[in-house]
Amino acid sequence: MSMDARYTPQIEPFFSRNGWIALALLSLLAFVVVPSLFVFVPDTSAFHISAYTVTLVGKIICYCIVAVAMNLIWGYTGILSLGHGLFFALGGYAFGMYLMRQIGRDGQYQSDLPDFMVFLDWKEYPWQWFGTDHIVWALLLVVLVPGLLALVFGFFAFRSRIKGVYFSIITQAMTFAFMLLFFRNETGFGGNNGFTDFKRILGFPITEPPMRAALFALSAAALIGAVLLSRHLIRSKTGRILTAIRDSETRLMFSGYNPVQYKLFVWTLSAVMCGIAGALYVPQVGIINPGEMSPANSIEIAVWVAVGGRATILGPLLGASVVNGAKSFFTQSFPEYWLFFLGLLFILVTLFMPRGIVGLVNQLRGSHK
Amino acid sequence: MNRKQFLKSMLGLTLGASTMIGATVKAADTIKVGVLHSLSGTMAISETALKNTALMAIEEINAKGGLLGKQLEPVVVDPASNWPLFAEKARQLITQDKVDVVFGCWTSVSRKSVLPVFEELNSLLFYPVQYEGEELSQNVFYTGAAPNQQAIPAVEYLMSDEGGAAKRWYLLGTDYVYPRTTNKILRAFLKNKGVKDSDIEEVYTPFGHSDYQTIVANIKKFSAGGKTAVVSTINGDSNVPFYKELGNAGLKATDVPVVAFSVGEEELRGIDTKPLVGHLAAWNYFMSVKNRGNRSFAKMYKTWAKRNGVPNLDTVVTNDPMEATYVGIHMWAQAVKQAGTTDVDKVRVAMAGQTFKAPSGFTLTMDETNHHLHKPVMIGEILPNGQFQVVWKTRKPIRAQPWSPYIKGNEGKQNL
Amino acid sequence: MLQGIKRAIGCALFAIGLGVSPAQALDADAVSGLASEDFATRMAAIDAIAASSDAAALELLQLLQNGEVYLTEDGQVILEFDEIVDAVTLEPLDPEPDFYDSVIVNNRMRSKLSTAIAALSLLSDDREVRYDSARALEDAEDPQLLPVLAKALSTESDPEIRALLVHTRAVLQLKSDDPDARLQAAEALGESNQRRVRELLAAMLQTDASGAFVEPVEEVREAAEKSVKSIDRRLLLIDHAARLFSGLSLGSILLLVALGLAITYGLLGVINLAHGEMLMIGAYATYVTQTIFRQHFPEAIDWYVVAAIPVAFVVAAAVGMVLERTVIRWLYGRPLETLLATWGISLFLIQLVRQIFGAQNVEVSNPSWMSGGVEFMNIVLPYNRIYIIGFSFFVLALMWLMLSRTRLGLFIRSVTQNRAMAACVGVPTSRVDLMAFGLGSGIAGLAGVALSQIGNVGPELGQSYIIDSFMVVVLGGVGQLAGTVYAALGLGVFSKFIEPHIGAVLTKILVLALIIAVIQKKPQGLFALKGRAAA
Repeated sequence: MSMDARYTPQIEPFFSRNGWIALALLSLLAFVVVPSLFVFVPDTSAFHISAYTVTLVGKIICYCIVAVAMNLIWGYTGILSLGHGLFFALGGYAFGMYLMRQIGRDGQYQSDLPDFMVFLDWKEYPWQWFGTDHIVWALLLVVLVPGLLALVFGFFAFRSRIKGVYFSIITQAMTFAFMLLFFRNETGFGGNNGFTDFKRILGFPITEPPMRAALFALSAAALIGAVLLSRHLIRSKTGRILTAIRDSETRLMFSGYNPVQYKLFVWTLSAVMCGIAGALYVPQVGIINPGEMSPANSIEIAVWVAVGGRATILGPLLGASVVNGAKSFFTQSFPEYWLFFLGLLFILVTLFMPRGIVGLVNQLRGSHK
Repeated sequence: MNRKQFLKSMLGLTLGASTMIGATVKAADTIKVGVLHSLSGTMAISETALKNTALMAIEEINAKGGLLGKQLEPVVVDPASNWPLFAEKARQLITQDKVDVVFGCWTSVSRKSVLPVFEELNSLLFYPVQYEGEELSQNVFYTGAAPNQQAIPAVEYLMSDEGGAAKRWYLLGTDYVYPRTTNKILRAFLKNKGVKDSDIEEVYTPFGHSDYQTIVANIKKFSAGGKTAVVSTINGDSNVPFYKELGNAGLKATDVPVVAFSVGEEELRGIDTKPLVGHLAAWNYFMSVKNRGNRSFAKMYKTWAKRNGVPNLDTVVTNDPMEATYVGIHMWAQAVKQAGTTDVDKVRVAMAGQTFKAPSGFTLTMDETNHHLHKPVMIGEILPNGQFQVVWKTRKPIRAQPWSPYIKGNEGKQNL
Repeated sequence: MLQGIKRAIGCALFAIGLGVSPAQALDADAVSGLASEDFATRMAAIDAIAASSDAAALELLQLLQNGEVYLTEDGQVILEFDEIVDAVTLEPLDPEPDFYDSVIVNNRMRSKLSTAIAALSLLSDDREVRYDSARALEDAEDPQLLPVLAKALSTESDPEIRALLVHTRAVLQLKSDDPDARLQAAEALGESNQRRVRELLAAMLQTDASGAFVEPVEEVREAAEKSVKSIDRRLLLIDHAARLFSGLSLGSILLLVALGLAITYGLLGVINLAHGEMLMIGAYATYVTQTIFRQHFPEAIDWYVVAAIPVAFVVAAAVGMVLERTVIRWLYGRPLETLLATWGISLFLIQLVRQIFGAQNVEVSNPSWMSGGVEFMNIVLPYNRIYIIGFSFFVLALMWLMLSRTRLGLFIRSVTQNRAMAACVGVPTSRVDLMAFGLGSGIAGLAGVALSQIGNVGPELGQSYIIDSFMVVVLGGVGQLAGTVYAALGLGVFSKFIEPHIGAVLTKILVLALIIAVIQKKPQGLFALKGRAAA
């Protein structure tokens, strides 16, 4: 952890007066401008924003929330989780169950059960699905499932003082085990195909522009909430203890603090944020399957944060947007080269930009002065 | 740059999506054709060849003067074996690149992922791979086989005296929807033929499973109880370790034949086939089929591969999904010609009843109603050179039953 | 039709039984039957050819089995030697046909052919041929073979072959009409190791629809029951032995893939997520070696694997050293960042290989000495797995010698224990890091050679092993070679004993859960270093 120790947490200008103005403008953009351009402006107009752009940006916003969550636990607390993709997917699955129920009898088999249960010859919903036809319970699950799992897992792991690389690897084992579990058709979540072909939320069709715009605005709201929350947390006393855990846990313990409860708190909070992001992500992209739990996805989350700049407010947002934007661009323009690009990006960022894009910008600014 | 464009691009920038804007400009003098196959990730192994076939067929059509006086312009994207990315890329192809048709997908889950997009935007997808059926979208043309065009004839063959008169059945698959549904249909079919439940064993392995020691030992045990056949719906990568284990454990095709629905010439390229001689595969096309059309198809692909520097080009092969891609593109082109437009609704109508002389040597017909091809069924045994020897085939193409009559609740859907 | 076939078999076997093999020309009608499109006609043709039971028939059947009997377009059956000849007259064809294709032989015909050939060659002078024939007849079910067996047994002196023939005869006699013969057979078969025989015996104890026993004589039933029990006892033992073997085999593979990591991660503390790609590079090195052998040394092709061992080691080690110099050395002491950078390297290498060799798997075949297996108590232990078990211990021994007996090994251990102190006493730590990383990568390359012999060789090969190898190293305890060995073999055997009960997927999940639980209890792994060295 010696590298991390060299960091001094900075509160960037993002939340100076200009920062707040920018935030207000962004909110205006996300809540008013984009939705109205998308919904009310006809698609013949140059001002129209296409559904493609809205869902793509909506998706990236969800990733940004995950990156913010990852930044809390890794950037500020110094615990690298390679299992955040799991919490994201669990949130997605929890809400996905509600979405599946909303399909009603519009599936291929016109049955009350989802198609995959019909082909498994199941006659009724298994216990995991209890109550998921109520949106309130589904939303509770979005928070509870990742939260409880993180709480229990974290409790044992932190109590046993599992740290550093060991923690990373057992979180990876956890997400891998869950991926295998969800791949099984008997687990009751549609196996490899997962959930797809969603029709509506609260009875409103999911593909209609107002619904898309609403999801987009909700995602943006969640992101703004996540950023504000993490900023607030970092500036609080708890936040200082978290950075202390990162920089020297032993010293913190000698000062009379018990790091376990702080770690547990931030770890669980981070997992819940991922769950919420997952729940917003699924209706926008239209599918959730166990592939989201693959270890590679979780590593990628860490990479977004690293690329943007750890322990900064803006970094994770930048990282998630840049990497995913680049992914969308490369997979279209140079489909055979995007892995080269991605691979090189990771290598170069860790070698030459240890503080990510934000760090680089700060450095350049510093040298100008 | 005028103000509108400026404003628009500024907006894009703030959204972090500036990269997407340039793509919306559409060239009017070409017909755009989307190719949606994974070029990276786990499915690249199978799908890359389909992308190549699609590009080759497009070149072929262009060389003959194109369509409606315009050239076809392929738009290739890489959904990277990532299912949500499939949906995103499909939307991009249709709304940003404004393609008139998309050829793509391999796995069922990728098809399921893009399906809502095609239905929402009313565009056309040509899906070239054998699959589990139980689906019928107005926006998809299925040029691969439905279960009754592959799985059931293969099992019937193995039950016959000629095929070895198997009495016990070991249904082995990767745990996902295609094997599950296929095995469900087969189980119902076998029961219908008087096979007892105790003579059917159904086993699933996870994706990428590589240790088949236990399963091969179990097959051996199971086969002690009577003449056994293995029906394998193992997916892609796991086939190599499975067959290697089978070969080395001394289970020969004459003792326990294995019939596979996902193993073709392309998959056998990665396997030493000597221990596998005699194991079977059921498809609607084999590279070894002898006729002029197939010779020129294989030759065309080899030339194309050479010209485009496909890696390992001295061993390139053609296979069933490639044939299905090829047939799909040509049928679509015929339908466009007939309709005089690329308009989706008109092309869909024109597709019904379209015929094409396929490399399999049969003239295939697009069904009037069910969006599936009438296809011949062929059963091939693996030869030492990695090719198949056709040991049985239907006399004429048979109609697809996307809704299997062996699944309860499908009774009313047989005339679709 | 069926009657006809049966009679034909009868004739054939009768003729063989008498050992009559008059040198007569092949029956032209029988041979032309091979050209038929009708399956039953082709089957009958085989019987008819076998019925002539002379050397020419045997040769023709063998050619047919190998797919070397051809058809011209107008249906003439021909053979291809130096020139193309008619199958009956052996007269060369003039002019040679433009086009000919193999006679279609499917599985059913192949199995008929192998029985017929075996029956024809049971009296051969060559012991190997007789042995193979006896083996081929082991699963035969046709009681008409009994006279052939009796004839062979009357002259056979080799005990191994006799045992096989006696066994086969006993199995066939279970269906005999003579209760004494059945009783004798049922008693004798208590010695069998075959599950098939057990099922046959057990079937005698069943009752049919009318409630009568399939085997009417009680004495025979008792004998059969006793034999079933005795076979069951042996089968249970065999089952356990087989599981132990497959567990060891899986364990040895885990060990091989984890050993390299035990050095780079365990000793150097580098989390190398590109470790899997080193395996992949080793496997591709094997593929390239095979290709070179095929082109330039086709006569020595069987030994390409041996040649591939140093090649894979050197290539993977070189790639590893380049990576160490260019990327990893800048990240020592920052394990989490190494993780990200090596993940990037891994993506890069995968795509690179995909560009060079294509996305498809490439074919790597087992050399002949690694194909097939040794049979032991009726289970087959595949040679490739046996060799890999041996190979993994060979690599382990090599590594152990390297670490404990050489100067480099001493340096590596000293750097592992206390980098600063080692540097103080003059150990060139940077060079040691380089060498150690090269060594770890090279060993991963060796593992790649082994993996190429049991599974896929494709760009994604490494991805499927990376998690397993990390789990093994972490479970065993970082920095502990012995821990890695115990963890790998333990996980392998444990998995294989659990798998038959709960299936492959749940086994894997259970193993992962177990590892997580163990690490909760023992955060430094099962065999962690104690005391100061652990820091």
